[in-house]
Amino acid sequence: MKFIKSAAILLVLVIACNSLKAQVRHSSKSTKSHLALSIANGKLVYTQNCASCHQVDGHGVQNMNPPLIQTSYVLGDKVKLIKIVLNGFNEDVEINGNTYSNTMASHDFLKDQEIADVLTYIRHSFGNKASAVSVAMVKSVRATKK
Amino acid sequence: MKKNRLLPYILPLMAIPALVISIASKNPTPADGAGLTLPSGFEANIVADNLGNARHIAITKQGDIYVKLNRAKNGKGILYLHQTGDKATVVSGFGNYPGTGMYIKDSYLYASSNEDVYRYKLNDKGEVINPNEPERIVVGLLNRREHESKSVVLDNNGNIYVNVGAYSNSCQEKDRQKGSMGRKGCPILDSAGGIWEFKADKLDQHYGDGIHYAKGLRNVVGLDWNQQDNQLFVMQHGRDQLHDLFPDLYTTQQSAIEPAECLYALKEGDNAGWPYIYYDQEKHEKILAPEYGGDGKKTAGEGTIDPVATFPGHLAPDGLLFYTGNQFPERYKNGAFIAFHGSWNRAPEPQAGYFVVFQPFKDGKPDGKWEVFADGFAGTQAQKESGNAVHRPCGLAQGPDGSLYVTDDNKGTIYKISYKK
Repeated sequence: MKFIKSAAILLVLVIACNSLKAQVRHSSKSTKSHLALSIANGKLVYTQNCASCHQVDGHGVQNMNPPLIQTSYVLGDKVKLIKIVLNGFNEDVEINGNTYSNTMASHDFLKDQEIADVLTYIRHSFGNKASAVSVAMVKSVRATKK
Repeated sequence: MKKNRLLPYILPLMAIPALVISIASKNPTPADGAGLTLPSGFEANIVADNLGNARHIAITKQGDIYVKLNRAKNGKGILYLHQTGDKATVVSGFGNYPGTGMYIKDSYLYASSNEDVYRYKLNDKGEVINPNEPERIVVGLLNRREHESKSVVLDNNGNIYVNVGAYSNSCQEKDRQKGSMGRKGCPILDSAGGIWEFKADKLDQHYGDGIHYAKGLRNVVGLDWNQQDNQLFVMQHGRDQLHDLFPDLYTTQQSAIEPAECLYALKEGDNAGWPYIYYDQEKHEKILAPEYGGDGKKTAGEGTIDPVATFPGHLAPDGLLFYTGNQFPERYKNGAFIAFHGSWNRAPEPQAGYFVVFQPFKDGKPDGKWEVFADGFAGTQAQKESGNAVHRPCGLAQGPDGSLYVTDDNKGTIYKISYKK
């Protein structure tokens, strides 16, 4: 009993410390500006490579190109999202009762950093709010792709 | 560098469509009840609303309405509306398939799914006799999602013409992939990217039973039979994304206005040249596609037909109708109305279209410049330019009294435009 109690306390302490550490990291100036930089660079990548189909404001095109606003494709599993960029997408997408049929070409010519930035940008734009996508994650998804 | 030197010449040319639009709509009546601007003397009414994705439309001799929905709503892909005055109410629905095509000829209603064509016998009141037992006249047309709609129109000899859109933007090895080159001897053209002719009264015809009437048409949605010429006319949706796919050859501005959306007058065996060429709306030349070695300047397309009229790029012509009524002023008679669904791949340039255009004709040929006939479907300028149009024009039909009907496949509105003097 005593053991469990102290283990629990230890666990709580560890979690508290970790979250404290995370908080410190999060509020540190360098992380903030890192995120801002990633979003800013991501916007450039978006304008160059994505906006013509998904539109400048991310609302997509009726029946053709799916919106990037408040959909699980964008806000959900980051690995899946990275794979869409790397492999392209050629299936009917259904979002809120509408389907979208245009083929999305593979964008594997984008660098890991560019993919991380553009996905971070779309997850922080158009009313979306979701965590950043890291370069390391893109790198590992690209490595497992083959 | 070369491109920059050209820019001073290109820029003024780019202003032409805007200029034409402003000239054409110099006498619009202020937004009426339906929210449209029209030439003076015309009036628009909303006869029905919230129908679903209303695509093409056909009007009976009695003035009742059949409209095809792109997605079946409550299991009904075709709606039948009874019209009293300027209002129409849904009487029934049938045909549980999605699709676009809707046309009436000689007491039959013709409808298309994205693979098949059906027809329904009408009684002398214009009502479908057996809504659940259509005759399937064409079966198994290619549907690979992209450009899937199959529009239909009939001639006066018992033939039906069906478009099969290409399931590709420009027949690249990898569709819409930056820099990907064109497939040699584009294999798509065997079974798509063209118009097929079938018998209107024969059941279950496959590709092999029909005639491959015209080739090299990327995607056609709006088409009509010109009674003066006794000839098929089609509006092609030109290719997308010149800049996205070949950024070294095209600026975003060039990519926003090129290539032209083309009106073609077809004869059997014609080839309009897709995917090897596109039509430059400023040079008025057929240009070799970059996927097939083009540099934005090289001309090509020997043996392919020229358009009879051209329109700014990406406006997406989804409806074509030759006006044969007597209600509108004389100059409209036998001219073409074209419903432009509105653009998407002009971004980052402002989006455009979302209007109905009139192309004057004389002796069965386009005569003079097109003009905007009905505008304001999109809503505010901001809604239009961002591509967030409220209403998007799609289908056109002429009523027995000569009124023009326009569908909107976004909100499911049907507009009726009449001339009141």
